Amino acid sequence: MSKARAFLVAAATLLVGRGRRRRLRPGEREPIVAAPTPRSPDAELVAIGLLLASAASAIAFVVIYVLDRLPAHTQLLGLALGLAFVFLAAALTVTAKRLVPNEELEDDYPEQEHPDEQERVVQVVEESGLTRRRLFVLALGAAGGSIGLALLTPVASLGPALHLARFSLTPWRRGTRLVTEDGEPYRADEIEEGTFYTAFAEGADKEALASSLVLVRLPKSELDLPPENAGFDADGILAFSKICTHAGCAIALYRKPMFAPTDPQPALICPCHYSTFEPAKGGKVIFGPAGRKLPMLPLAIDGKGFLRARGNFDGPVGPSWWGVRMKRPTT
Amino acid sequence: MIRALVRFLDQRTGTAPFLRRTLRYLFPDHWSFLLGEVALYAFVVLIGTGVYLTLFYEDSTAKVVYHGPYGPLQGQEMTHAYRSVVDISTTVKAGLLIRQTHHWAANVFIAAIVLHLLRVFFTGAYRKPRELTYWLGLTMLTMALLEGYLGYSLADDLLSGMGLAIGYGVALSVPFVGANLAALMWDGPFPGSYAFFPRMYIVHVFVIPALLAVLLAAHLALVALKHHTQFRMSERESERKLVGVPTFPGQTPRSLGLFASVVAVLFLLGGLVQINPIWLWGPYHTYSATNGAQPDWYLGWLIGALRIVPGFDVVIGHYTLVPNPFWGGVLLPLAFFGFLYLWPWLERRFLGERGYHNLLDRPRDAPLRTAIGYAVATEVFLVFLAGSADRVDVLFGLPYIPQIWAYRVLVIVGPFVAGFLAYRVCVELQRGERVEHERRRAEHAARVARSRA
Repeated sequence: MSKARAFLVAAATLLVGRGRRRRLRPGEREPIVAAPTPRSPDAELVAIGLLLASAASAIAFVVIYVLDRLPAHTQLLGLALGLAFVFLAAALTVTAKRLVPNEELEDDYPEQEHPDEQERVVQVVEESGLTRRRLFVLALGAAGGSIGLALLTPVASLGPALHLARFSLTPWRRGTRLVTEDGEPYRADEIEEGTFYTAFAEGADKEALASSLVLVRLPKSELDLPPENAGFDADGILAFSKICTHAGCAIALYRKPMFAPTDPQPALICPCHYSTFEPAKGGKVIFGPAGRKLPMLPLAIDGKGFLRARGNFDGPVGPSWWGVRMKRPTT
Repeated sequence: MIRALVRFLDQRTGTAPFLRRTLRYLFPDHWSFLLGEVALYAFVVLIGTGVYLTLFYEDSTAKVVYHGPYGPLQGQEMTHAYRSVVDISTTVKAGLLIRQTHHWAANVFIAAIVLHLLRVFFTGAYRKPRELTYWLGLTMLTMALLEGYLGYSLADDLLSGMGLAIGYGVALSVPFVGANLAALMWDGPFPGSYAFFPRMYIVHVFVIPALLAVLLAAHLALVALKHHTQFRMSERESERKLVGVPTFPGQTPRSLGLFASVVAVLFLLGGLVQINPIWLWGPYHTYSATNGAQPDWYLGWLIGALRIVPGFDVVIGHYTLVPNPFWGGVLLPLAFFGFLYLWPWLERRFLGERGYHNLLDRPRDAPLRTAIGYAVATEVFLVFLAGSADRVDVLFGLPYIPQIWAYRVLVIVGPFVAGFLAYRVCVELQRGERVEHERRRAEHAARVARSRA
């Protein structure tokens, strides 16, 4: 049935079209959009309905915006605006499929190249004579390059690119007290086993990478410090830089054995890339991508029971760079 | 009315012939040609929502104590940058909707670019005469990755601060000049001076978007100048003849419909699906970190790569030649993008690719290209998966360390296996087609013979 109708419509269109093409009356013109516009009043109604729904949703957005204090305000706003575009998209889809002529046309791809024009361009440049003046071209290059260099030079002001001493500075010196985030000094007897503490150099900028420490207490029998770290602990309390030597995140995980026979030894772990350091062995890397041990700070307990540094770190703090192993940390 | 407008324009600009050609410019019809358009529309949403966010954002790392309506942060010390993003999310009306839509749009933008790239690669659309279009597109992808990273870093919440710390570690790891480079960018050691956030900000809201806009214009101009590629869908398409739907009236409602769909999805996501709830992460301090930290999806491959490299720095005496983050954070992206940039040349040089193409390949039509592309994609995907090993540990109880060892093996073996399988599949598909072709011919011959008899 519908096929028959389509056939009739096509035949009629062809007939009418043929008739017209033969004798164009004055003022009449050859059609460009070849395909017939589909006649579908239903589709037009649907599209109009969708557009009105889109408008209504957009208005709803404004209303919701004005009616403050609704619960789930963000959700309602997003829903209203989203739906406005959903309806618009649907209306446009109906338009594309049902309301505009669906032409499928052919066209030539552009020419691959234009050899004559290429030749003419070359000719114009050559006939200008400039390219043959070798010294001139060289001088032009020299001027351009030098001006470029000059204009780039102020970039050097962005930072102390050639003064890297600050990379090995730390606030720690013999006697510096260890304080909490609120600046309260740590007492040795506050430090318990099985958890970790964050400490800072008293009076230092807490955000500076070398300021922060992670403190843990281990049974003295479990300590297996390498010779160069011998005596760094204060009664089993160990202090390490809190900044991972891999990429500079803060060491924020402390793994302590839950079931000794199968679980690995206590370890300090960086949650960014899971570099794992063993405090009992002076911060040795036991897993993960870190290429250097965690810097350790020698500790002492003063007469009043407060924790103090007994010197500086045993190695540079923070991620590795080309000169990281060439300088000891300095105050 | 329309005539008056066209006449006005033509008399003042002389563009009537150009307009006519533009209206009748042909778009070949295939769903995969819409991926680039999706990226374009996401970019439009990014510009719109982004401009809105700049009206509230403050690029200062000066400290402030929070006294806003959000209880859990009450009395905490934080930067102005973080406070302003918390305010956008809590007190600015519709601010959270716009911020979340912006973030979702960034994710969709890069996803659409990546899918578009896969389409272009596996159909050979980058071949002569469209190499420039391809290189511009690749450059936009690298820009977009950097742009996304800078964008979420600006919030200065705990998660983004960790991302910046890693960025700093990666910058330091560049051989010979790493620390100098980092000192230049951060104006000193991490977390840098007050100048660092304004630098990120201007790059995020002006430098890269402007570059993207220029590259995008050039990309689209090149597409139009050489016309779109097409699949051979029938006898009509050829290297010389293009078959498609004209800009107007056919393509216009389709494209606008796609635009509206993209905007709809982004606003629905922005309103209904929470993304990066920075008020939960809290302010960043160099000495804090959170467990289970994951970047936006498009940086997952980099974090995975940083995680699976075994722990070593390459050291000569006291000189650190290659700090560890270099492998995953610098070398992998360099190798990946280097491969993609060089590919058209590699294919010409080593696979004997010649000629001038307007017709696209199906992946099976070029088994070696498909195999190599598939191997590279597998490598990136495996490294990407490795980045989620910690979440897999938490969610499914698969221990982290064995997983990492498995990935260390897989990233070496996986690409070869995947490439080989892809090659075999392509060859079998081709063979199947030949058999099918033969069968049809034989059947046809038999029919003809029967009807004669």
